[in-house]
Amino acid sequence: MAPMLSATDLHVRYGAIRAVRGVDLAVSEGEIVALLGANGAGKTSTLMALVGLVRPAQGEVRFGGEVISGRDTEDIVTRGMTLVPEGRHVFPSLTVAENLRLGAASRRDREAVVRTRAEILELFPILAERSGQAAGTLSGGQQQQLAIGRALMSAPRLLLLDEPSLGLAPQVVDDIFDLLVRLKQRGLTILIVEQDAVAALDIADRAYVMVNGAIAMQGPAAELRASEQVAHAYLGATMAETHA
Amino acid sequence: MAYFLAQSGNALSLGGIYALLALGLAVVYSILGLINFAHGALMTLAGYVLVFAAVLGLPFYLSAPLAILVVMASAVLLERIAFRPVRGASGATMLLTSFAVAVLLQLAFQLFISTRPQVVPLPDFLTATVDLGSFAIGVNRVISVVVAVVVLIALNLFLKRTVLGLAMRAAADDFNVTRLMGIRANRVIATAFALSGLLAAVAAVLWIAQRSSVDPMMGLVPVLKAFIATTLGGLGSLLGAVLGGLLLGAIEIYLAAYLPDAALPFHGAITLGVVILVLVVRPQGLVGASRELGK
Repeated sequence: MAPMLSATDLHVRYGAIRAVRGVDLAVSEGEIVALLGANGAGKTSTLMALVGLVRPAQGEVRFGGEVISGRDTEDIVTRGMTLVPEGRHVFPSLTVAENLRLGAASRRDREAVVRTRAEILELFPILAERSGQAAGTLSGGQQQQLAIGRALMSAPRLLLLDEPSLGLAPQVVDDIFDLLVRLKQRGLTILIVEQDAVAALDIADRAYVMVNGAIAMQGPAAELRASEQVAHAYLGATMAETHA
Repeated sequence: MAYFLAQSGNALSLGGIYALLALGLAVVYSILGLINFAHGALMTLAGYVLVFAAVLGLPFYLSAPLAILVVMASAVLLERIAFRPVRGASGATMLLTSFAVAVLLQLAFQLFISTRPQVVPLPDFLTATVDLGSFAIGVNRVISVVVAVVVLIALNLFLKRTVLGLAMRAAADDFNVTRLMGIRANRVIATAFALSGLLAAVAAVLWIAQRSSVDPMMGLVPVLKAFIATTLGGLGSLLGAVLGGLLLGAIEIYLAAYLPDAALPFHGAITLGVVILVLVVRPQGLVGASRELGK
């Protein structure tokens, strides 16, 4: 069966800077796939290119069999793929309820939206408690829950997450990662970018390691967890230095 | 006391118009970072629609909504033609674009209509006054206050209750993430311009109801005042725009009413002096640390 999401020879450039240089990756239905790598390895740029927030300079992205590279983010989200951006990016001046309502802006079936909303409030009871509060006043962990809840309001088949652990207390990170596993059990497919490689490999089925804009290594999470090279790669050493 | 009350009515009426104009500037600025100086030309356009509608024999209760619709459509069209190509460019580029659009429209009014003021026929009831016991106030002023309040409440409901309104507030917070909600960026921006056109046209109708004429430069001064009002209130803040507009209207009217005759020629300078004083104390404006709706 064809993968749900695939990128072939993906390139991203910002002027002279080549942030992503020929990435190939695939995510199959029902998987959690981790994309690991040091700061500046090109992970975020890859995610941005997948959801259309930056236009790939070269390469093709397919989602559910259709070519989506070059399409607008708005269209891609409507097709069932969305991103929880790095740093959460809840709308701070909007209330929790308003943030969630916007998450479902692309959906027409109101009854289905009501059901999704009930499910999300069950997953994140804190969001029900803080419903009328401005999102900017929530704690970091609560904002991350809201950002994920808001993304789920669009009823995605594939959820991309960029550094969900960033700036959160270890206990909160554990909760978020437990939640991702539960979402997978409910049938959601997940592609997660993480600097905390150990935590990500714990929940992932497979992983890719990015170095200098390219995929340096890939394989089942269990294998990569045992690999010393991964430690080097995600700590920031280039593969060349690792071999030296 | 009667004099003070009458002047307060004037202050509310003028402040309400400034508030509408400032809000029109702020709605676009909070989303695009663009200060649209062509806003004044939109006001002027509303005036000319009233003139032409009168020539065609349309009554005021039809010509006013027509002016509003034409200006809303023109604002959306301006965005398509002039501002979309420079979207995301530096603030200076967008500012210059808006100046260029303003000058072009003003020249078009001068060339194709007239440099002279055109009379806008107003219905009789607008020029009547209401007797409030100890003092009297023009019907046009009362309507101006009432309309400003109604529009502000309606806008507030739109921004709080509708998905498109929420999307506009969200876009002011974070444009890219708003697109991640599956909301069309172009739709949000077109709505912002339509709203700013609505606010400019309503303000123009109220402005003209107190002057009954329109000339190619009509919108220039009020929009300059509205820009001062948005700065006074806190650039990019919608609440700030409203407060700034009301405050500026009050400063102007009360100064004109209570300054000694000898100081009256310096009325404008003193008004701006007061504004500068407020900004020295609160450089960020009356409301908010930075942009209430953005970062």
